[in-house]
Amino acid sequence: MTVHNLTSRNFREKSTSALEDAVLQGNLVKLKDNFLARRTKAKASLPEFDDLRDASVVIKKHTIAHLDLYLEAFEASVKASGGQVHWARDDTEARAIVLEICKAENAKTVTKGKTMVGEEIGINPFLEAHGMTPIETDLGEYIIQLADEPPSHIIAPAIHKNRQQVAELFNEHHPHLEPRDADDVDGMLADARTVLREEFLKADVGITGANFLIAETGQTVIVTNEGNGDLTQLLPRVHIALAGIEKVVPTLEDTMTIMRVLARSATGQEMSSYTTFSAGGRRKGDLDGPEAFHVVLLDNGRSKLLGTPTEDILRCIRCGCCLNACPVYGKIGGHAYGSTYSGPVGAILTPSLAGLSEAHHLPQASSLCGRCEEVCPMRIPIPKMLRHFREEEVASGMAPASARRGIALWAWFASRPGLYRTMTSLTTGVLSRFGRKRGRFSSLPMAGAWTSTRDLASPQGRSFQSQWAKRPKS
Amino acid sequence: MGETAEVMSEARDAILARVKGGLTRDDDDVARRAVTERLAGHTRGLQPKRIAIDQEALVDLFAENAQAVDATVSFVNSAADLPDAIADYLRSRNMPAQAAIAPHPNLDGIDWSASTMDVHRRAPKADDRIGINRCFAAVAETGTLVMASGPDSPATMNFLPETHIAVVAASEIIGSYEDMWDRLRNAGRASGEALPRTVNMITGTSRTGDIEQTLQTGVHGPKALHIVVVKEG
Repeated sequence: MTVHNLTSRNFREKSTSALEDAVLQGNLVKLKDNFLARRTKAKASLPEFDDLRDASVVIKKHTIAHLDLYLEAFEASVKASGGQVHWARDDTEARAIVLEICKAENAKTVTKGKTMVGEEIGINPFLEAHGMTPIETDLGEYIIQLADEPPSHIIAPAIHKNRQQVAELFNEHHPHLEPRDADDVDGMLADARTVLREEFLKADVGITGANFLIAETGQTVIVTNEGNGDLTQLLPRVHIALAGIEKVVPTLEDTMTIMRVLARSATGQEMSSYTTFSAGGRRKGDLDGPEAFHVVLLDNGRSKLLGTPTEDILRCIRCGCCLNACPVYGKIGGHAYGSTYSGPVGAILTPSLAGLSEAHHLPQASSLCGRCEEVCPMRIPIPKMLRHFREEEVASGMAPASARRGIALWAWFASRPGLYRTMTSLTTGVLSRFGRKRGRFSSLPMAGAWTSTRDLASPQGRSFQSQWAKRPKS
Repeated sequence: MGETAEVMSEARDAILARVKGGLTRDDDDVARRAVTERLAGHTRGLQPKRIAIDQEALVDLFAENAQAVDATVSFVNSAADLPDAIADYLRSRNMPAQAAIAPHPNLDGIDWSASTMDVHRRAPKADDRIGINRCFAAVAETGTLVMASGPDSPATMNFLPETHIAVVAASEIIGSYEDMWDRLRNAGRASGEALPRTVNMITGTSRTGDIEQTLQTGVHGPKALHIVVVKEG
């Protein structure tokens, strides 16, 4: 059970180099003026937005409390509409299922709509190793496939690239087309359309993700803007939808309630351009559509979250809003997290799925400012979960020894109020005497980690507790 | 698939057992009943107030919302006016009056030969520049078209041609997405089919923000979406 190409252990090195990457910093700055500002606008133009969030939470809570029953119902509905359901306990099983379907089709070209589960299980390198050619068709995914990089944002996978880098990649990989200037974005779009249109037409199998699995009808739903997901699932002989088991919702009505908060939270659109419901294969008389329809349900660690403090992360609809709102993601971008899932949701999902020892730095990469929870359409209490993982980290001895000793020392004082008061008022007095004139310290013994990058304000006067003790009593 | 089938059913049982093991449930029968009722109930959630208006206002709201996402909207009095209206649109865009058209009964009865339009009644081919089809309905709430796949409505018509021309009757413009599912369920019951294999909800043109978060239209699907609303019929 793992997340493909997991390198979260290298978080410190990766985040440091991300801060020094000028292109990345330039691109990240635009996040709040784009996605986040548009979300604010979309929220403002729908007075029911917050009520719809509450309703969506209720729907998902109900579904998760009956998850086994809804999964069974979904399976029965898919079968009734002529599709097949496959169950995968982990990434290895999921890859084997996809491979077997592709092999039975004698597949050569496999087109792909954007799927985070596909990234999670590392389906592309696996299919390549078995002699097939997987082609990402979402523009952002196509760009990072050319660059051989993982996605750095849930809904904008190539957000770390600027137009110069995209032009360089296109010119390198499209030798048969005219070279493109970095400012010719229209031209690059036209090239992607030309190149990928050919792939769509020759593909044997199309793989997509799923935003929702509807138990009532057995439909899988994709929500996209480009139309690539639809060409991926309509044109080849076989459509495979990859989805985590938490994607199931009871009814069409439930789906539409959540749909009303999804695009608004993600890109700030009222609706994405294309929302598509698919059930089963081509029917009698149909002029198009795949002959076979498969759904692969992936567990990969999700079921073990039930009944734990991080269960609520199963409500996540992968809108990416918490990434856009997060001040840490906004400085280091997605790759630093070293996981398919980055940002606040990634800091919960990655240790949840792969184990805390693989990713214990991620829950530390937060100021616990709470903006993620504030914007989350599913009101997932991400800061609470981050604190949970921090406690686990200390309890299991993963935290650095110096941090553990420091906290133990502090706890020893804190549980002795008299001593604590004496110590703090002494420290306050000393610091305030030495620092009052300048008002700050640029270096202090034992506080180098802080003062190496910024000054420490010096206390002005006595400690709060001693002032409180001397307040005029009424 | 012999060996894999065995692994699969083992995986299915293991996943379901693990899920169930993680849930705390007092009474299994109560839970099963709750699920069965929910699946059959089609209970609507909150409906936005913006659609609590009369039919005429819904049509206006639909047009306004569709135009806000780069679709163009025109109105004709009856289906007989479609050929000239569509030919006019194509001329204004400097486009050829040649199109693939869905073999839909509501489009079949129209005399295209009287106009300059050259229409080909079939699923679209990769090099068709223009595609015409008939909506099942349209949702005013967000200016969204609803396309139901079937022998008279190939789903590829919504995606392959660069220019997508969609025809909808004013009476088919409804308030909310839930109205759409009710209509689709009723249509299914009438024809004996379940819901259509593919239901496409289309809100504006194909677009992407994948290069520097700058919005660009027409990456894989249609670069232009033109909606013709037929006032009668």
